[in-house]
Amino acid sequence: MSFAEDHRETTKFPDPYSLPLEKLDVSDSGLFSAQEHWRYFERLRKEDPVHYCPDSEFGPYWSITKFKDIVAVDSNFKVFSSDKTIVIADPREGEDEFDTPMFIAMDPPRHDVQRKAVTPAVAPANLAKLEGLIRERVCKILDDLPVGEAFDWVDRVSIELTTQMLATLFDFPWEDRRKLTRWSDISTAGPDLVGTEYATMTEEDRRAELEECLAYFLMLWEERRGNGDGTDFISLLATNPDTKEMITNPYEILGNLILLIVGGNDTTRNSISGGLLALNQNPKEFEKLKANPALVPSMVSEIIRWVTPLAHMRRTALEDYEIGGKTIKKGDKVVMWYISGNRDDEEIDRPNEFIIDRDKARHHLSFGFGIHRCMGNRVGEMQLRILWEEILNRFDHVEVVGDAKRLDSNFVMGITEMPVVLHPKKA
Amino acid sequence: MATVTFIEGNGTEHTVTVDNGLSLMEAAVNNMVPGIDADCGGACACATCHVYVEPAWETKAGDKSDMEETMLDFAEGTQGNSRLACQIKISDELDGLVVRLPEAQF
Ligand code: HEM
Repeated sequence: MSFAEDHRETTKFPDPYSLPLEKLDVSDSGLFSAQEHWRYFERLRKEDPVHYCPDSEFGPYWSITKFKDIVAVDSNFKVFSSDKTIVIADPREGEDEFDTPMFIAMDPPRHDVQRKAVTPAVAPANLAKLEGLIRERVCKILDDLPVGEAFDWVDRVSIELTTQMLATLFDFPWEDRRKLTRWSDISTAGPDLVGTEYATMTEEDRRAELEECLAYFLMLWEERRGNGDGTDFISLLATNPDTKEMITNPYEILGNLILLIVGGNDTTRNSISGGLLALNQNPKEFEKLKANPALVPSMVSEIIRWVTPLAHMRRTALEDYEIGGKTIKKGDKVVMWYISGNRDDEEIDRPNEFIIDRDKARHHLSFGFGIHRCMGNRVGEMQLRILWEEILNRFDHVEVVGDAKRLDSNFVMGITEMPVVLHPKKA
Repeated sequence: MATVTFIEGNGTEHTVTVDNGLSLMEAAVNNMVPGIDADCGGACACATCHVYVEPAWETKAGDKSDMEETMLDFAEGTQGNSRLACQIKISDELDGLVVRLPEAQF
């Protein structure tokens, strides 16, 4: 018996083809955890690729569902603004006084100087220097795992590895590294994260923890202000002439550091978990990989396409814009559904199949495009590549032995728990 | 038709012939020249087909659009002769073109 099937609640969502088009709302978080969203997007791509939903939990919004349209919107920063927020939900009541600006949610020129200040930490030259260290840590994580008994892959591998990588990029005190994971979870907490403590957390508690996060970072900032050679995120921000004045607005420091934590956390974590699940669901691909480990890099890209760790990014139109025969009006909310574009058969061959040796594997939307294109894309890929190289050195199979629990979210395509058993290679 | 040469970061040269009208990025990808990722597929929406055009060819390679300038602005290791290969169209004029590849795309 195989447990590597997706966990499905009894379906509570209507067949998308039974609904009038204007009632089709893809923003319901439950659609994603129930894995019912695929056919909704399939219908939109076919019948109404630029779709207006007049009424939803998040108010009226446009959905962009085809690959090419998404690239066009994503790279047109003059019309489609990232200012204030890049998710479908508008900022919560009261969030205005607790404003934590971050460059993912800014337009040029502010976005540009801040992004450039921290880029060196994740550019290929710096990553090449870190590769040996990351490999050592991956080996240690894998060698410490129990053999022959079930354990949670998400906690022991996905979270642990991404947390260690982040701690390295921040040059963060090692013993405190799980604070980073905690702060990441806290800052994305919200009522949509059903079934986690973050769903019910009060705004006061949340703020209190984020204040603690800020105090911790300000201490590190103070220590590193003179560290002009540092290549960690904090030293880079604290010493760059364009960003060192940020100290006058500590919440902007907090916002940007949270961006760097969150950006690198859930995304890579869920690619690690989701990739393992995909290989269990596609045993022939797993065999292909074992027979030819040189496929790891293209598999990594395929995993990132397959999982699409962030289902969407949101923009706000600054002027009227024609696309797909529709007119988006100035001020409208526009949602680019990467998760849909990554299944667009006009751009990707056999998009609903997981194929580790696909042609043009890097041609996917999961990192976005344009000026906000994921800054950490090479870091994410490197972690997955090293992890899979070292898994293949050690194990014959990493078997998923129970349900993968999925997060209720229309943004983070998360797996919160997934039990596995290791089968070491025979000597 | 033009013959163009790509020189990898490690010095390896690849000389290929390309039909007019294709882009320099397609010239690389169609001929399996390593080091050009072309993630966006030629939409000038990433910067993973970054090349350095040899100075003698800079003018013939044409002008950069605003969008190309913007995307290059976020790439690493850019220089005055940096271009995105997807934005250079092959023509007879470019027969003999030589470009260098960065150590890594970003
Ligand atoms: C598989 C892993 C990852 C995925 C799928 C991913 C996805 C994304 C996406 C979709 C965007 C927005 C793109 C757009 O708006 O066009 C983004 C931006 C960003 N990501 Fe990632 N990301 C990943 C890993 C990382 C890592 C490891 C880091 C940092 C260490 C990181 C840091 C950032 C930052 C700072 C931005 C904002 C860039 C900007 O606004 O200019 N990401 N990422």
